[in-house]
Formats: sequence, C-alpha cells, structure tokens
Amino acid sequence: MSDHDLPILTTTVEKVVQWARRSSIWPVTFGLACCAIEMMAMSASRYDIARFGAEVFRGSPRQSDLMIVAGRLSRKMAPVLRRIYDQMPEPKWVISMGACASVGGVFDNYAIVQGVDQVVPVDVFVPGCPPRPESLIYGIVQLQKKIDQSRMSV
Amino acid sequence: MPGDPSRFEAVTSGDGMPTFYVTREALVETARVLRDTPELRFAFLADIVGVDYHPRVPRFEVLYILSCPGVGGYGTTAKRLRIKVRVPGEDPRIATVSGVWPAANWAERELFDLLGIVADGHPDLRRILMPEDWEGFPMRRDYPVQIKEPVKTYEPLQVSAEEFVANIEDARRVSRKK
Repeated sequence: MSDHDLPILTTTVEKVVQWARRSSIWPVTFGLACCAIEMMAMSASRYDIARFGAEVFRGSPRQSDLMIVAGRLSRKMAPVLRRIYDQMPEPKWVISMGACASVGGVFDNYAIVQGVDQVVPVDVFVPGCPPRPESLIYGIVQLQKKIDQSRMSV
Repeated sequence: MPGDPSRFEAVTSGDGMPTFYVTREALVETARVLRDTPELRFAFLADIVGVDYHPRVPRFEVLYILSCPGVGGYGTTAKRLRIKVRVPGEDPRIATVSGVWPAANWAERELFDLLGIVADGHPDLRRILMPEDWEGFPMRRDYPVQIKEPVKTYEPLQVSAEEFVANIEDARRVSRKK
C-alpha cells in the first residue's frame, strides 16, 4: 500500500526476498550438448534473457542460483553434475532443458541417464528437441512464478 | 615383404582401398615392415576399428587403417592401406602396435573399453570412454543396450568439524606468511 503524500512503501520481508530472488536468477555456465546452443542464443542479444534478470552466466557454481541442465547427461558425467549442484549455495533451482535431460530423449541406452531427476531435484522441465529460446524463457518465467510462491525459510 | 606368404590374404574391398588379412602372430612384425620399408613408409596410423561379428566364428575383427603422407621424407606418393586381423571370441587378445605407432595407445584402450579385446603389451590399458568401474563391454552385440540401473554419483567427502576448523586455520596461517 502506498500513500502518495508520504514517500513510504510498506510490504513484508518475505515479499521483498521473493522479489529479489526471482529478479536476478544467475545460471551456472553448464552446457552438455546441443541444447546449450539454444541456451546461448537465449542469453544473446536476439532473445535477451537480461529482460528477466537471468543473463549473468557465472563460471563458478558458488555464485549461481540456477542450473540449466542443457543436454543429455552421460552416466560418467552424473557425478560431476551432482558435485557442481552441491557446490551451489542455497537457495538453488534446476531447470531440465530438453527431451534428453528430462527423460533420456532418443538416447535410450546404457550410457545416458534417463532423466536428470535421478541425480538432482528438478524444478521446471522444458520439453523440446532442442527447445527454442522462447521455450526456455517460458521455463524461466515459470520458475520465477514458483519462486514468487515459495515460503521464505526461517 | 619378408616372411611366409601364408600369413597374408589379400581381399577386395568395396571402397577400393587396398586391404589384406594378416594372422595375429604376424601383426607387429608386419606393422614394423609397413612403417619402415622405404617404398612403403606407412608412417601414420589413422585409426583402429574393432568389429564384433557375433555369432560368427571367429567372432572379432580388428582393422588398422594406415596412411602414407607422401611428403616430408615419408614416401613419394600418398597412399592408404587397411590391414585386418581375425580374433577369436574365446580368446580376445591381440598384440599391441603402440610400440610401432604411438597413436595406437588410445585407440587400443578404446578397443578394450568397448569390445573387451585386450592389447597384450600395452603400456597403460585402462578404460578410456566408460567410467572406470564399468562392468561389461558395451559395443559387443550381446550386450544389453537398454540397461536399467540406478545412476552412480559420488560419495561426498566426510570432514569433521575439528578438521574443518583446522583446515581453515592452516590456510589463514599460510596466507599471513605471504
């Protein structure tokens, strides 16, 4: 509620925290396959994910809020993915991008993990092969809605 | 070429590349001759390919694709050659050619990793593509392709509170000295 005569705005701490968290989701630089090309396109000038505050791809998981699993995850890579996830500070979120990361895609074989939710907890699944940048932006917007509804941990 | 001609068997190939079979025992000697004879000088091992013809007998074949650059003192004309070796399924072993062409090192590791063909005398025969604790050889034709096994991740490092504090204090002491 605001009163235009008084330069004062009232809100709750929780609302401010939710707003701050959802407005600057920094993804970790982590591309596994061809989905990463679409992810890069999303962050470049044409699709410009900076409009949603998520353009700062961090080279270190310790400065990241979001892991976009972009591509098929091999069984040999699974420990690496889990370690990077464990190194990210709380609160953290995961988007599973594309058919391979979500369910294994066309790679129904011994080498590929059939869904990264076996390795890390996933917040948003983005379908497509690969998903277009618009789809991934939609996924990030869905994640923002999810963060908006989350309770602040006490 | 020295040696008993019965150890070699020329075959026609669909792509026109000169191809012949050689016995397992004669492989390394043949490789050395192909590399060192001045008229041949196959100095470059392009690739090693393993094939599983299960259930045919003998089960495996290993192909060595060689190249002579034709320049830089290695022969006068560029040419290619393919040699094949038959390997029985009950004894999947082959002599290493990594002493002849160092490029064979990783290729023979791949041969072992995916088909389980052991290169005798190899300096460092470990898996190269699959995880090190993997069981089975995935490119064999009797391998179950769509295995349903839980995913292995890793065991987190267990550090007690005392060790954690001691590590941080050690690091502080070192940085103060600098």
